[in-house]
Amino acid sequence: MAETNGNNLISLQNLKVHFDLGGGGILDKITGGSKVRRVVKAVDGVSLDIKKGETLGLVGESGCGKSTLGKAILRLTEPTDGQVFYQGKDLAHLSQNQMREERKNLQMIFQDPYASLNPRMTVGQIIGEPIRTFSLENGGNVEEIVKDLMETVGMSRRFIKRYPHEFSGGQRQRIGIARALAVEPEFIVADEPISALDVSIQAQIMNLMEKLQAEKHLTYLFISHDLRAVRHLSDRVAVMYLGKIVELADGKEVYSDPLMPYTKALISAVPVPDPEIEAKRTRIILTGDVPSPINPPAGCNFHTRCPYAIEDCKRQEPQLAETKPNHFAACIRINSEFPYIEENEKNGLGAVGN
Amino acid sequence: METNGTILSVKDLKTYFQTEDGVVKAVDGISFELKKGETIGIVGESGSGKSVTNLSIMRLIPEPPGKIVNGDIIFNGIDICKLSIEDVRKIRGKRIAMIFQDPMTSLNPFLKISTQLMEVTQLHLGHTKEQAYQHAIKMLKTVGIPDAESRINGYPHEFSGGMRQRVMIAMALSCQPELLIADEPTTALDVTIQAQILELIKNLKAEFGASVILITHDLGVVAGMSEKIIVMYAGKVFETAPTAELFATPANPYTKGLLKSVPDPAHEAGTELYQIPGLPPDVAHLPPGCPFAERCERVREICVQEFPPFVQINENHYSLCHFAKEVYAESVAERENKNER
Repeated sequence: MAETNGNNLISLQNLKVHFDLGGGGILDKITGGSKVRRVVKAVDGVSLDIKKGETLGLVGESGCGKSTLGKAILRLTEPTDGQVFYQGKDLAHLSQNQMREERKNLQMIFQDPYASLNPRMTVGQIIGEPIRTFSLENGGNVEEIVKDLMETVGMSRRFIKRYPHEFSGGQRQRIGIARALAVEPEFIVADEPISALDVSIQAQIMNLMEKLQAEKHLTYLFISHDLRAVRHLSDRVAVMYLGKIVELADGKEVYSDPLMPYTKALISAVPVPDPEIEAKRTRIILTGDVPSPINPPAGCNFHTRCPYAIEDCKRQEPQLAETKPNHFAACIRINSEFPYIEENEKNGLGAVGN
Repeated sequence: METNGTILSVKDLKTYFQTEDGVVKAVDGISFELKKGETIGIVGESGSGKSVTNLSIMRLIPEPPGKIVNGDIIFNGIDICKLSIEDVRKIRGKRIAMIFQDPMTSLNPFLKISTQLMEVTQLHLGHTKEQAYQHAIKMLKTVGIPDAESRINGYPHEFSGGMRQRVMIAMALSCQPELLIADEPTTALDVTIQAQILELIKNLKAEFGASVILITHDLGVVAGMSEKIIVMYAGKVFETAPTAELFATPANPYTKGLLKSVPDPAHEAGTELYQIPGLPPDVAHLPPGCPFAERCERVREICVQEFPPFVQINENHYSLCHFAKEVYAESVAERENKNER
């Protein structure tokens, strides 16, 4: 069995999170419910290594399962199957009590800074809570630590007695980050930490996250639908579509040399703040929406929207394979010998089997 | 009409809100003109007054606490501010239409799509039920909803976010409006869907010949969509210029900061991102000087004391800054350096 080796902090093996919506039972037939059992495959067999000290970016459209994947690592959502290795332990199969202990090392920053802070607690209580919960310090010292933390995330120490509603979105996100840092974790899942913020504030929070990473040797899983932000922060980027990782490579390479048709479309859809580039570039506009994860299409999940889809794509499920050195892609029309789908299309190459 | 191709002209618009905290000058002296078939982009952070500007044009400011205290909004020769509410209703939805940010909250969840779409043309164009129904199907097809004949009988929750936004656009365009106001039309959507919707707005604009006001916080969105741009901050126009000029040679420190703080995937990453320090100001308690002064990297004594002038840089390029000319000269120099390299 694959264990976490020296370089990997977290290693996911075939992780699955399925949500059972019911249906298909005897009662459903009588009451007119769904005739077939309906299961949402939010995360469907993800294997992924997160290296110590890196920022792994996870991008995808809404509903692709990226948040669920982040939560499943921390067991905020129970995984259905698969393993999450951390320090030689399988987090997915720990008891609740054991898992609680592990959360000292694994923390999360949430998307909505308005919803993730208790409005009835002061900033001091919010940031101090994890310290008290894990009894990391005794009472008297907590306030000092909290004040230091506030300073670390760029807030004034004087605000310790204030309530969340007295702060702006960006300030609240800083509180959320300070809370995550309170237990001195090794690994932080940042789930869309900047999506709800103003442009000028987004840059502040991204810079703060980078500064903290350098100071405290943190490892991030940075989940976002904003490709510009992901590109800026991440060492490696994983692209997710309907519960599966479809491409994984160095941040630079994903953008300069994307292999998957889906990744290409995603990148070309990002508006560039430069009218000259905007006027010149050609957009690949995907038709249609993300298909429902309840009944994902057979074969390759993306074939319903892919401009290069062929008959085989409807039947054959592609596997994530190393198509170029350290660049993984899941498409049956490309392989290490023929990595470029446009050329394969031109040369009349069908499925080359990845 | 005596409009010289100008469809909308807003002059010195001021919309204030009476709050417990004092008077909030949400929009404080905005002027702009929009020509027929033109798209103008209004960019700003939350609280900058961009949405209030457009609610004012539609006369949708809740009163009290809000009030348009000054200014003219001339739409095709009609001063909207002076109309009675009944007359405004005849224009609203028919000649000026609006698309909102969140398509889920702006559609009625209890009514079928057909009912909501038919209502517009029955009211404004006097369609019979049958005509309205056929027209609604036609509109849904125009905005690219597949299988429109059967989808029209669905409810909003049966549509995805992108599809709901298409329904909103279909509704907005039902009466062939002369002016379309799109308030953050793609903010709630995924990038791939955003690209679809922007493309759709572009095509429909060409087809229907409508003018568009596009409000967004995303400079990338306006870069490809609009002919000119207004940058708003604290209820004021900080800079306005033709799109290409604004991006190439901004003459306002705030605009420059905004442009620099967006990570650009087309260029090399890795270096620290430029950040504008501080927070957007509290519009209820604005300082006497420049509202951006405390966040500005080139702040001088005068910025704190005196309100900055609205300096003309070029024919259609204005900037609200004491040092607008200097900032512009810097941008031009930077541009030339970049081009040499």
